[in-house]
Amino acid sequence: MSDRDVVLGRIGRALGPRPRDPDVTYEDAVARAYRRGPGDGARERDSGVLDLLAENLADYRAVVHRADGDGLADLLARLLAARGARRVLVPPGLPPTWLAEAAVEQVPDRAADTAYDLDRVDSVVTGCAVAIAGTGTLVLDGSPDQGRRRVTLVPDHHVCVVRVPDQVVASVPEALGRLDPRRPLTWISGPSATSDIELDRVEGVHGPRTLEVVLVSGV
Amino acid sequence: MSGTFLGMPAFPEAARAAVRDATLRANLRHATHTIRDKRARAVAELDDWAELREAGKRIKDHTLRHLDHYLLRLEEAVTAAGGTVHWAADADEANRVVTRLVQETGEREVVKVKSMATQEIGLNEALEAAGIRAYETDLAELIVQLGRDRPSHILVPAIHRNRGEIRDVFRTEMGRWGRPAPDGLTDSPAELAEAARLHLREKFLRAKVGISGANFMVAETGTLVVVESEGNGRMCLTLPETLISVVGIEKVVPTWRDLEVFLQTLPRSATAERMNPYTSMWTGTSGGPRGEGDGPRAFHLVLLDNGRTDTLADDVGRQVLRCIRCSACLNVCPVYERAGGHAYGSVYPGPIGAVLGPQLRGTQSALDASLPYASSLCGACYDVCPVAIDIPEVLVHLRERVVEGGEVTRRGVRVRLRPARGHAAERAAMRAARWVFGRPGALRAGQRLASRTRGVHPRALPGPGRAWSASRDLPEVPAEPFRDWWRRTRTEAARTGTAPTEAGKAVRGE
Ligand code: SF4
Repeated sequence: MSDRDVVLGRIGRALGPRPRDPDVTYEDAVARAYRRGPGDGARERDSGVLDLLAENLADYRAVVHRADGDGLADLLARLLAARGARRVLVPPGLPPTWLAEAAVEQVPDRAADTAYDLDRVDSVVTGCAVAIAGTGTLVLDGSPDQGRRRVTLVPDHHVCVVRVPDQVVASVPEALGRLDPRRPLTWISGPSATSDIELDRVEGVHGPRTLEVVLVSGV
Repeated sequence: MSGTFLGMPAFPEAARAAVRDATLRANLRHATHTIRDKRARAVAELDDWAELREAGKRIKDHTLRHLDHYLLRLEEAVTAAGGTVHWAADADEANRVVTRLVQETGEREVVKVKSMATQEIGLNEALEAAGIRAYETDLAELIVQLGRDRPSHILVPAIHRNRGEIRDVFRTEMGRWGRPAPDGLTDSPAELAEAARLHLREKFLRAKVGISGANFMVAETGTLVVVESEGNGRMCLTLPETLISVVGIEKVVPTWRDLEVFLQTLPRSATAERMNPYTSMWTGTSGGPRGEGDGPRAFHLVLLDNGRTDTLADDVGRQVLRCIRCSACLNVCPVYERAGGHAYGSVYPGPIGAVLGPQLRGTQSALDASLPYASSLCGACYDVCPVAIDIPEVLVHLRERVVEGGEVTRRGVRVRLRPARGHAAERAAMRAARWVFGRPGALRAGQRLASRTRGVHPRALPGPGRAWSASRDLPEVPAEPFRDWWRRTRTEAARTGTAPTEAGKAVRGE
């Protein structure tokens, strides 16, 4: 008997006879009395969703900037210059205008590149799929303006552009509703951190140690 | 089945040693108190916390009730997305499968993301026996691995180490495993994190095989979820060519939408954050039609039973399978705070360890018989549990089993356990109870923590537990039949002296 049969047999014996279609009972079994939509939660009432996003991002040590469509290229150029970035990873679908003013070498992510190659770039600039105000989270889904998961992982400096207000939602349930589970997803809330030393948060372990977020309107 | 640490004494002996260790106690007190207050604030931010907790409980209960159905659906979805699903009835089979999969790649080393399931089955040791080196990449796991230590907390396995001790471990040990610690390393947490970053980076960049667990598996889509902080998870999940995930069968949830509950309750309960720094979700190998070439080319999912179906067969005990391993119950537990995680003798310490371990492994050993007594039943663990596991109820149920014996399921077969009466297991249990009773501090602190949510806690517990719960506020011994047992064993102990008995030399699983 295979282990599969063994395990399934044990489950069947442990639970005994049950209704045939669990999906029918699922909706009844799981009451969803929690908030699912853009809430009237206290924090969202007190500050607008955008301010809440900025506040929560900053609370976990992301550096937040704002720009409008015209000022974006200039802002990105300044951020990269301030960082001293010379080689910048660029996902294949990043709008070319975004980096039009940056005096940097733009490095594409080629399938043949190894992790070592990625380790030799200074920064990466991406878009995002969704940003969640209530938790200060950016979600990347591998779309062309975000690239493979590894491009936002190996470089030490990540600049993420969020198109506001379109890409911003208030809560986690709203975000899941917008995402496609078949795509590889990375949820990012602040730069990499650890709580492993005396259960206190320290920023900067394996992922990018600096996360800059640009909230851009009018693009 | 591996399960408990080799040669682990029963709870009271180990706890007594821990309490004598002033550094350990100070480390634990500092860490658990810091996180307790932060967690309370993070939870208070959500005005629908009670509803999220209820939904989490119901999703898990529904899934467990139809576990076979959802596992089959998961298998189908993972397979359709290019992954391969393996089943393992016990630890040995899981270790065999993983070892074979690694050998098939021709690699001799793997990078690992922290995973309770792989610790539970002793995977690193199994791989080592096959000549494969497993590198732990989570900071706390690295500290444990370098220090040849044992984990003492679910989330922060090196919680018993303070920054000075961590620095010493890094200085002396890192060089043996790869890149040595930087010269002049101090004990500042930022420098320690940086040392770990440098040490592990070369391993990530060259790794060809990654091994992980998962926090959730979505049956309808085949999506796996890993929640982490440092980015070591992302490294192990995306850079290698082959990814092997070993996951307990209870980690499945029916739908994508169910994640909206747990992604809110888990981070706030675990590290007291609104959201943990990184969460990775992937489906099979390709990441879907357009994610071509993103991440590992081969993905293997090993579904692990190892005592879970036996736990499922117990009406009262099965609720522990709802556990999402947040560790909130450890952080509030007055007994854990004083005894330390090592006293629980396995990778699952604290309140959840006291109810999960004896169910996964059985209550026959002295250690496992003593664990249900490693509690004052103050209920703080239940109050904070994001899936509302009534740990005190299960503890009382397991005490009853130790004392009275009865029907249980072991490896899928119904067996009748004899009462522990007169056995080493019984003496160990009794000493654990006395250890807790002998600590007014542990009892009082517990009562202070009991909070408003007590109202929804069942007031009376079944069987002997009814009497137990009725007198929960008193370090008094409750009524029949527990009291009889207690009296008899205590006089026996008084007669024979209280020196550790042979029970103290137990045991390695079964
Ligand atoms: S029992 Fe509850 S509180 Fe404890 S680790 Fe599991 S989910 Fe968290």
